[in-house]
Amino acid sequence: MTAPEDGGVVGQSLPKIENLEKVSGRAVYIADLTRPRMLHGALLGSPFAHARIKSIFVEAALAAPGVVAIITGEDVGPGRMGPFIKDEGAIAQGKVRYLGEPVAAVAAESEAEARAACSLIEVDYEELPELLSPDAALAEDAPAIHEDLQDYVKIFDSGSKGNLCSRSCFEEGDVEAAWADCDLILEDEFTTQAQAHVAIEPCGAIAEVDRSGRVTLWSANQSVFRVQANVSECLSLPMSRLRCLTPQVGGGFGIKMEAHVQPIAVALAMKAGRPVKIVLTREEDFEITRARHPFRIRMKTGAKRDGTLVARECEVVADCGAYADDSPGVLGYSLLMARGPYRIANVKCLGQLVYTNKLRFGAYRGFGNPQVTFAGEQHIDEIGRRLGLDPFEIRRRNMVAAGEPWFLGGAIASCGLAECLDTVEREAPALAPAPKGKRRGRGLAINAHISGLLGTGAIVRMLEDGSIVLNTGATDIGQGSDTVLAQICAETLKVPLSMVKVASPDTDGSPFNWGTTASRVTYTTGRAVIGAAKEVERQIKEQAGAILECEPADLDLRPGGRVGVVGSDRELPFAAVSGRAHWAAGGPIIGSHSLVFDGKTFDPKRGSVLGLPFPQIGVFSFIACLVDVEVDEASGQVTVLEAWNACDVGRAINPKLVEVQLDGGFVQGLGFALFEEMVWDGPRLANPSLMDYKIPTSRDVPLRLHSFLIEEPEPDGPYGAKGVGEIGINAVPAAIANAATAALGHRFRDLPLTGERVLDALLESET
Amino acid sequence: MSDPTAITLDLDGRQQTALAAPDATLLTLLREGLGNTGPKRGCNQGVCGACTVMIDGWPQRACLTLAAACADKPVQTLEGLSSDPVMVSLSKHFAEGGAVQCGFCSTGMLISARKLLDDEPNPSSDQVSAALSGNLCRCIGYRKIVEAVQAAAQELAS
Repeated sequence: MTAPEDGGVVGQSLPKIENLEKVSGRAVYIADLTRPRMLHGALLGSPFAHARIKSIFVEAALAAPGVVAIITGEDVGPGRMGPFIKDEGAIAQGKVRYLGEPVAAVAAESEAEARAACSLIEVDYEELPELLSPDAALAEDAPAIHEDLQDYVKIFDSGSKGNLCSRSCFEEGDVEAAWADCDLILEDEFTTQAQAHVAIEPCGAIAEVDRSGRVTLWSANQSVFRVQANVSECLSLPMSRLRCLTPQVGGGFGIKMEAHVQPIAVALAMKAGRPVKIVLTREEDFEITRARHPFRIRMKTGAKRDGTLVARECEVVADCGAYADDSPGVLGYSLLMARGPYRIANVKCLGQLVYTNKLRFGAYRGFGNPQVTFAGEQHIDEIGRRLGLDPFEIRRRNMVAAGEPWFLGGAIASCGLAECLDTVEREAPALAPAPKGKRRGRGLAINAHISGLLGTGAIVRMLEDGSIVLNTGATDIGQGSDTVLAQICAETLKVPLSMVKVASPDTDGSPFNWGTTASRVTYTTGRAVIGAAKEVERQIKEQAGAILECEPADLDLRPGGRVGVVGSDRELPFAAVSGRAHWAAGGPIIGSHSLVFDGKTFDPKRGSVLGLPFPQIGVFSFIACLVDVEVDEASGQVTVLEAWNACDVGRAINPKLVEVQLDGGFVQGLGFALFEEMVWDGPRLANPSLMDYKIPTSRDVPLRLHSFLIEEPEPDGPYGAKGVGEIGINAVPAAIANAATAALGHRFRDLPLTGERVLDALLESET
Repeated sequence: MSDPTAITLDLDGRQQTALAAPDATLLTLLREGLGNTGPKRGCNQGVCGACTVMIDGWPQRACLTLAAACADKPVQTLEGLSSDPVMVSLSKHFAEGGAVQCGFCSTGMLISARKLLDDEPNPSSDQVSAALSGNLCRCIGYRKIVEAVQAAAQELAS
């Protein structure tokens, strides 16, 4: 497929602009980069989950072959980083808080020498009681994991105390009084497990320091600006001393949003006086980065006999792990989503986030939404079942529509949820009967997710020959944002995609972009791109007006990079306009535009809010997910036979890339629902390898996976677009659980739905 | 650690020599000794398939193969297959069919798909899915990869 030569590129499934590099093996990722005089770094992890560091002896390691420098907590100063609570240093200082936490790092001539030297470092620990669950950590006599918690900088009212990292409570209506109006009330406890991101590319970084002390830092990341902020905070360096860059990134899903090894790489490079590269092993990537929070959810939902939902209460206890990272945001966001896309007048959502001696949990596709949706959508299903309403009907009677408020919020601007639901119902043929020895069921779940959040900018520059360079600072982690943003730019300037090149994110030269997270790049950065391109259009018309001796208002852009007088064939190529700007008058054509998402997400008059981590969240995308499962009666194994996802994406800038987001989210959700689980043996992660932690292979997923794009334009979205990065995963565990219930008559309240768990349920139902 | 010795490979149709330790894997030799960074280190345990290369006509894990054991066998990576008509078609359909996202698994995936089309020029979706089951992808959900392989097969047959 080739790009049309006359603009009109929005809505076209163009191949991603970097794909030729990727299919030829030439694309460069962090592990492929090298620098002159570069050293290799390795990490020494703590063997204990909770211990004081009494002393560290590095002399023997320093004398080992190839070793150039070693850092420990003494080398990094008192700075602390964290997006919500600044509780984490670059490397352990004074104590360790999870097993595997780096206590020292070695830079040597080779990776093998660096790893060998780590084993020569002697650390004297004083063990402290391990707190491996929120219950253990909240016990009255539990020692504090962070003794200095009260002194940490916090960016919101977190309520931190003891081992309570944060708490949030949001309420609308009067839940306590509303239960009396309900004919049916369900109350259940649900649990969800830790899920590893498993981006196929492990985390890594290269840091280089020049003679003036300026740092250049390449890394696998989802935001060069978060890398810059984190390293700046924990190493107490001015942000301007850090230049952060990105090569191609081999997947993210949240794991590369906040810091991983970047601070240690920088500290090592500063001490060694030479560039240092650290690439994590797969085991380290499991053990010391971050993962999806285990949630314990108490969900209570009440309805009238006719199916009208009246009240919901959701109480979450989330395992934070050893450091706050994005966790306060995850907890708060999950509570804002726990009502689901339903009109329920009385809702109370509250939660606690508890420090434990496990690796930090953090951002992961869905940001807490899959967990609460697993609970909430099973309740909706069960209410329907008990009231004799089919899964579509119970949802249709209660779901939100455009113009209605979100929980605590302002009005939802665009909502294609009804069409999503109609579409999956229409497209799915009747479920065929199960063969002997199997049982089958169909399950439905619906969901909403935001796109929005925080600041972003774009710079569009026209070069002397009229070609365009777009610079947004948004890291493309493979999902295709470079292509989508270039399509938005090309559309606005009516040029072919080939005329727009995308600059790689660089904190020196790119405008701020909070990050590739929160399903936000297409929606927020796309808006900034249109703003910047419109400014370029204004300057083009000003220049052309001077040449053609007419008013700018009398000019329009023509396909292919030309500007002309309306109603006339008098026109100029962009090259003529840009040449004048560069060499004669006006100056180079540069358009820039910045914004911060400031939609009225919350209306303080609607309810009460305690511990709100972000003031404005975003606009809403919607999805309906329908799945058919088959359960093997002998093994309990659940197989997804076929699935239908219909998603209201506002406008698909590149439909094929949107479909892949939905497919990829579905399959990651399938793994979460059926078998993915990080398992701890005491303090030690028992399955930190791809042999022991299974992710879906091509044999585990339905190839009959159908994606339908519903386009209900968002009024202020770029060409109507909304985000799709996360929503594809959110409804999957609930839909699969509902399908398993339909097959077996048993309600599953704990994830994952392993064969063992399902077989137990089968055997129980037969006795 | 023993001293490195020179190992000469028949790599992508050329004799190429680099120093490697006796216990160095083919993946280490390719990436660090010869600057061929197409094969990726995703797990270094032979599970993810991102390091898959063709050894003696078979897709194999470069991370599980000793470099020294490859001295007398032809080794092929995407570098050497850039004008191979089957690989050209596969690459095109991967790139245009939505079968490439982060790209980290793509090189290994393409090598496995190339072998499948040698053995079965007109594979069913089930055959494609089976042939690629040793190559993990976390982005795409596999459907579009399977479709891309079948589209390449159709193009090559016509």
